[in-house]
Amino acid sequence: MGTYNMDLCNCIEPPWPADELLMKYQYISDFFIALAYFSIPLELIYFVKKSAVFPYRWVLVQFGAFIVLCGATHLINLWTFTMHTRTVAVVMTTAKILTAVVSCATALMLVHIIPDLLSVKTRELFLKNKAAELDREMGLIRTQEETGRHVRMLTHEIRSTLDRHTILKTTLVELGRTLGLEECALWMPTRTGLELHLSYTLRHQNPVGFTVPIQLPVINQVFNTSRAVKISPNSPVARLRPAGKYMPGEVVAVRVPLLHLSNFQIHDWPELSTKRYALMVLMLPSDSARQWHVHELELVEVVADQVAVALSHAAILEESMRARDLLMEQNVALDLARREAETAVRARNDFLAVMNHEMRTPMHAIIALSSLLQETELTPEQRLMVETILKSSNILATLINDVLDLSRLEDGSLQLEIGTFSLHSLFREALNLIKPVASVKKLYVTLSLSPDLPEYAVGDEKRLMQVVLNVVGNAVKFTKEGGISISAFVAKAESLRDPRAPDFFPIPSDNHFYLRVEVKDTGSGVNPQDTPKLFMKFVQSQPLAAKNSSGSGLGLAICKRFVNLMEGQIRIESEGLGRGSTAIFIVKLGIPGRSTESELSFIHKGPGIQAKPNFSGLKVVVVDENSVGRMVTRGLLVHLGCDVLAVASGDECIRVVTHEHKVVFLDVTLPGTESFEVAVRIHEKFAKRPDRPIIVALTGNTDRTTKENCLRVGMAGVILKPVSLDKMRSVLSDLLEHGYLVESQ
Amino acid sequence: MEVDQLQRTFHDYHASLFNEGFLDEQFVQLQQLQDESNPGFVVEVVSLFFEDSERLLNDLSKALDQVNVDFRKIDAHVHQLKGSSSSIGAQRVRNACIAFRNFCDERNIEACLQCLQQVRQEYLLVKTKLEALLRLEQQIVAAGGASPM
Repeated sequence: MGTYNMDLCNCIEPPWPADELLMKYQYISDFFIALAYFSIPLELIYFVKKSAVFPYRWVLVQFGAFIVLCGATHLINLWTFTMHTRTVAVVMTTAKILTAVVSCATALMLVHIIPDLLSVKTRELFLKNKAAELDREMGLIRTQEETGRHVRMLTHEIRSTLDRHTILKTTLVELGRTLGLEECALWMPTRTGLELHLSYTLRHQNPVGFTVPIQLPVINQVFNTSRAVKISPNSPVARLRPAGKYMPGEVVAVRVPLLHLSNFQIHDWPELSTKRYALMVLMLPSDSARQWHVHELELVEVVADQVAVALSHAAILEESMRARDLLMEQNVALDLARREAETAVRARNDFLAVMNHEMRTPMHAIIALSSLLQETELTPEQRLMVETILKSSNILATLINDVLDLSRLEDGSLQLEIGTFSLHSLFREALNLIKPVASVKKLYVTLSLSPDLPEYAVGDEKRLMQVVLNVVGNAVKFTKEGGISISAFVAKAESLRDPRAPDFFPIPSDNHFYLRVEVKDTGSGVNPQDTPKLFMKFVQSQPLAAKNSSGSGLGLAICKRFVNLMEGQIRIESEGLGRGSTAIFIVKLGIPGRSTESELSFIHKGPGIQAKPNFSGLKVVVVDENSVGRMVTRGLLVHLGCDVLAVASGDECIRVVTHEHKVVFLDVTLPGTESFEVAVRIHEKFAKRPDRPIIVALTGNTDRTTKENCLRVGMAGVILKPVSLDKMRSVLSDLLEHGYLVESQ
Repeated sequence: MEVDQLQRTFHDYHASLFNEGFLDEQFVQLQQLQDESNPGFVVEVVSLFFEDSERLLNDLSKALDQVNVDFRKIDAHVHQLKGSSSSIGAQRVRNACIAFRNFCDERNIEACLQCLQQVRQEYLLVKTKLEALLRLEQQIVAAGGASPM
C-alpha cells in the first residue's frame, strides 16, 4: 500500500495508518458486532413468531431493518480495513445512508411507542394489584362461608340435644374449634341472681367455683347490648388462665339470655324485660397477632342466640319431665291412698254389717218385750217406765238404721227404689204421722198442695217420705209455739235457678218435673251463718238451747244425700235466732205414663182401691153348715173371681179338698170342736205336701178362746163375719202375699 | 117415665128399710155381689133365707114343744138362724136371735118361747118387706129399666 498505487487502482486510502494489531482487533469486533446485529432480529422474529400477542409488529420490522442495516454497515466495514474498491465504498455508503434513514425513522417512532409501552406496564401493575385484591376478597368470602358452615353445624349440634349440659359443652367445644380459641367459658347466674358462677370452660376440666358479683361495670356493659363486646383480658371474668408471661389474646364477651317458660306469651315474642343472662367469654390465643374480626363477632352473637333458644327448650323439657315425675309419684301415692281407703271402707262395712246385726237383735228383743210388757197389767208408774223404755229403744233403733243408711249412702251403694206412687197420699200420710206429735206440743200443722201438683209421680216413695218426715219432724222439734206449714208445688223453670244455690242447674223435661217443698216453722230459728253446717254429719246446732233434743244429728245429713240422689237440692233459710226457719227442698220426680223408664207395677196401699187385684181362677173351698152363709160367702168369692167349691160339712170338705185348692174358708160358728178337727185332718191329709191349702176361720165370735184355738190348730187367721167385699179382697191379698193374715180380726 | 117413678119408689123404700133397722150394711154387700154374671144373686140368697128360716123356725117350735127340751139343739138352731140372718143383713132378726141365745143359756123355756115368738114376728116382717122390694125390682126390670140392686 502506499500512496504511489492510488492513482493506479483508484483505491481509497484508509484515513488512518494501518496499524496491524489495532486493525486486527477492530476487524474482530466489527465481525462480532455484525454477527450480533444479524442475530438479534432473528431472535426477535423467532420469539415474536412464538408469542401471539405482541401488538407492535411493524415496529419490530422497523427495528429489524434498522438492526440489519447496522449490521450490514459493520459488516461492510470489514472490507474497508484493507484496500477496497470503489464499489465497496459505494456499497458502504449506501448502507450507511440507509441505516441512517431507518434509524432516524425508528428513533422517531420510538418516541411514540415508548410511552405506550410504559402505559402497558402501568396497566399491568394495576391489574396485578387488582388480582391481589380479589384474591384477598375471595379468601375472606371463603372464610365467611366456612364460618357459616361452622355456625350451622354448631347450631345443629346444639339443637340436636335437649340436655342442657350437653348443649353448653358442645357450644364451647365447637366455638373453640371454629374460631380457634384458646379458652371459652360460660358464667351462669346463681340462684340469688347476685353473682355469676363459672359453670363451664373449654380447657379446664374441672372449673373451680369462681364467682363474681353481677354488678361489675364490665358485666353490665356486656349485658346491656346484644352484640359481642370486646373486653379487657384483665377483667375478672377473663382471668381464667394462670397469668403467664405471654401476652394474652383479645377477649370478647357476649350475653346469653336465659329465657323462661313464663316469658313466652301466646302471640308475643318473648319479653326480654326481666332478664337473666349468662355470660360467654371467648379468648383468642395469646401471643398471636390475631384480632377479632367482624364476622367472627357476628358468629359469636348468632351462636349466643341459638344457645339461648336451645337452653330454653332444654329448660321446658326439664320442667315437663319433672312435672311428669311428680305426677307419677302423686299417682302412686293416690293409688295407695285409694287402696287404703277401699280397705278401710270394706273393713268399716264389714264391721257395720256385723255390728248392725248384733245391735239389731237385742234391739228387737227389747222393743218386742217392752211392747208385750205394755199389754200386761201395770201400775201407772210401771207403765210410764215401760213407755220410756219403748220410746228410747225406738230412738236407738232409728239411730242404728240411720247410721247404716248413711254409710250405704256414702259409698254410693244405695240405690233409689223407683216406683209409681201417689204424691197426695204421701203428704197426707206424713201429715197424719206428725199431727199427734205436733198436737202434744199444741202446734198447728197445715198442708197445702198446689193444684198443679200431679197426683202420681215416679220416684223412691219410701225415701221421699223419709225426707219429708225428717224435715217436718225437725221443724216440730225446734218449735215451741205456733206451728208448721208445709207447702208443695211444682217448681217452675225460673224459680229453679236460685241465686242462693248457684251450683244447681235443673233441666226440666217432658218426662220429669221438679217438686218443691217448703216447710216453714215458727220455731227457734238458726243463725244464718250456721245454715250450711246443718247438713253436716253429727253437728248439733244450739246444743245449749235444746237440751231435750235428741237425735244423732244424722237426719239432715241423710236427707241431703237422699235429695242429692234424687238430683235435687235442700237448704234451710232462717232470718236469725228466734225468727223461725224455712226448709226448702227440690227433688226431681218422673211423670208416670210419660217417662221412658219401664213402668213398674203400680203398687198401691191403703183403702179406696180402684183396681181389683186379680184372683181369677183361684181355687178355694168354703165350708159352712148354714146354707145362707155358705151362699153369701161363695157369692163373695165368685165375685172376686175365684173358683169356689162350697160344701156343707167338714167331712165333705176333707173328701173334696185337693192340693189345687189354695184356701179353705172354714166356718167355725159351730159350737164344739168339730171345725177344729177338720183343720187338723186337713193338715194331716197334706202333711207331706208343701203346697197345702191355707185354712182361714170364719166366725161370728169375737172371743179370745176361738181365736187362740184357731191359731193353735194351724189356721192362718180368723175373719169375723159378716165379711164385706173389701175385707174379703184384702184378706185374699194378704193370704196370697204373706201366707197368713197380717191383721187377724 | 114410669121407670123413673118406679126407681124413685124403690130407692125410697130401700132407704126406709135401712132407716127402720130391718136391714143393715150386709144387705148392701149382697147387692154389690149382684152383677151381669150373677144377675139373680140377691133373689137367690133371699129365697134361700126364707126357706132356711122357715125350716129352722118350725124345728124350733117342735123342739120347744118337747117334754125334755134339748137346749143344746135349740141353741144350735138359733145359732144357725142367727148366722143366716146376719149373712143376709136382717138385723132385727139377728138381734132377736142373740137375745134368744142368751135365754137359751139360762135354760129359760118361757123366755125362749117368747123369744121364738119375737123371732118369728121379726122374720115375717122382714120377709114381707123383702118380698115387696123384690117385686118392685121385678117391675122396674119388666118396664125396661136397669135393676136398681
